[in-house]
Amino acid sequence: MTKPLVFEKPLGMRDTLPDLYEIKSKSRSAMEHAVQKWGYRFMQTPTIEYYDTVGEASATLEQQLFKLLDQEGKTLVLRPDMTAPIARVAASTMQGQSQPMRIAYSANVFRAQQQEGGHPAEFEQFGVELIGDGSTSADGEVIALMIETLEHVGLRNFQVAVGHLGYVDVLFKEILGTDERVEKLKRFLYEKNYVGYKQHVKKLPLSSIDQKRLLDFLHLRGENKLEDAEKLITSTRGYEAIEELHALRECLKAFGVNELTTLDLTLVSHMTYYTGVVFEGYAPELGSPISNGGRYDDLLGKFDKEAKATGFGIDLDYLMEAIQRGETEPFTHCVIFSEKHRKEAYAFVRKLRDKGGMVVAQDIKGIESLDAYTEQFSNVTYYLGKEEGGEH
Amino acid sequence: MSSSTLTIAMPKGRIFEEAVQLLREADYTLPPEFEDSRKLILEIEEANLRFILAKPMDVPTYVEHGVADVGIAGKDVMLEEKRNVYEVLDLGISRCYLAVAGIPGTELDAVAPKIATKYPNVASNYFRSQGKQVEIIKLNGSIELAPLIGLADRIVDIVSTGRTLKENGLVETEKIIDITSRFIVNPVSYRIKANAVDEMVHRLDKVIEGEEIAR
Repeated sequence: MTKPLVFEKPLGMRDTLPDLYEIKSKSRSAMEHAVQKWGYRFMQTPTIEYYDTVGEASATLEQQLFKLLDQEGKTLVLRPDMTAPIARVAASTMQGQSQPMRIAYSANVFRAQQQEGGHPAEFEQFGVELIGDGSTSADGEVIALMIETLEHVGLRNFQVAVGHLGYVDVLFKEILGTDERVEKLKRFLYEKNYVGYKQHVKKLPLSSIDQKRLLDFLHLRGENKLEDAEKLITSTRGYEAIEELHALRECLKAFGVNELTTLDLTLVSHMTYYTGVVFEGYAPELGSPISNGGRYDDLLGKFDKEAKATGFGIDLDYLMEAIQRGETEPFTHCVIFSEKHRKEAYAFVRKLRDKGGMVVAQDIKGIESLDAYTEQFSNVTYYLGKEEGGEH
Repeated sequence: MSSSTLTIAMPKGRIFEEAVQLLREADYTLPPEFEDSRKLILEIEEANLRFILAKPMDVPTYVEHGVADVGIAGKDVMLEEKRNVYEVLDLGISRCYLAVAGIPGTELDAVAPKIATKYPNVASNYFRSQGKQVEIIKLNGSIELAPLIGLADRIVDIVSTGRTLKENGLVETEKIIDITSRFIVNPVSYRIKANAVDEMVHRLDKVIEGEEIAR
């Protein structure tokens, strides 16, 4: 092991420089405003949680957790997501409050990188949780709010894929019978391995009709596929899932966001976490989903309080990449002064700041090269010589 | 570049020609000098396609990061790299398999068996699944050398005709898995560019099915 050099950071850790910081905080407050208008209230939870509670309940792979030990030897984790901590609070400290609860958060989460860079290991997530509401309107609200939030920060041309894990589970169970077999087949979808899925289906001892049902399932994405999906199902629980998707479509129409969503029943974003409607948001500028979410009716049960819930999370760093850096307004004004004229300079600066301007006051003694320094400002005022100060 | 342009990551070398032929059979008009060009980026504007030429091992990396929408990659690479991409079609080209090989009549070292390979993840997963703990030595080429000069007890490598093994006096001891090339898609492109991607999948699938019937 080599000792880190002074400029090095742990794998996946990133600095946020002023330009990025400014768009990020501007976007964050725009997004906060958007979700507050819908009645969601912000809260914070600790950065460090117990591995046995939040670590286990979160949907994160073991090897992606940052772990440490406390003084008693208990394993701690840096929170890998915000949904599990909020579920913990909702099931304990806040359990007396009347439901449904509308909670929002904006916080850094931590997931260790496996092999290489390219993805940050600490990143800011912005999201909401709607706890204690199992209705389709709740699913619709969360999707519509996610879309409105993204639009609020100026993201254009994005799309949201909507799936239903309840449908997948029921269809597979109808055909395959046992949970083990369902899980095995579902894992191919989760791993995005359609070749393996098809090969596996062809090897299963099934009637040719059932094989075809499983193979046709892979085509259930895009317009008008809900009708096709209905044809594949035979059980009551399957029809319930279809009913939910019909209702969801109507709900999204009512919110006026149906155009931005596409049905995609092949979307399996997690093996066990989600129980019903799931969704992912995509921006064309980016190779990874920018946001995701869904219904997780089993999670609160892990904290000893059954409650239906749904929510979304937006990856703020990905969002920043998508809405293009470089649109920041630079500091516009700099006042350069000598010690002798400090007082007048400060008075002048205060006047500008009171008017809402961002102003740098800089002693000439502190600068090495005047030209190089002043280059970054569009406006420079000097308080140096005999005169009151001249514009540059 | 219009936003509907599809960027395709192609593997250089052995698989390249078969992949180009497959695309031509699927009615994609590629210029005749395509194979001879040394350019790393080739644009075919009338077909709305852009090709990037990458090392086979790197194709899934370009696709995962979304700088290429789709790509053609060997299953060997997919197993080794475990990238977050959709594996949509088995193209059935560049057939070969991954195997364990060594000098005939030799046994694995009882204390610390050494395995030389270009595929450290595949090799270590395979031996784990066999209930053996081995030490992996990563090499970048001419893997057959390793047992011959005593660097390793066994190698894990792809075998297509078996000629290289034979000429170096090695024998295959276990077959691990069959390998063919796969059509892979970035998860975002799979949705955002669904029309262009589906069209390509459909056309390629027709060619592959035709060939399967002929075979």
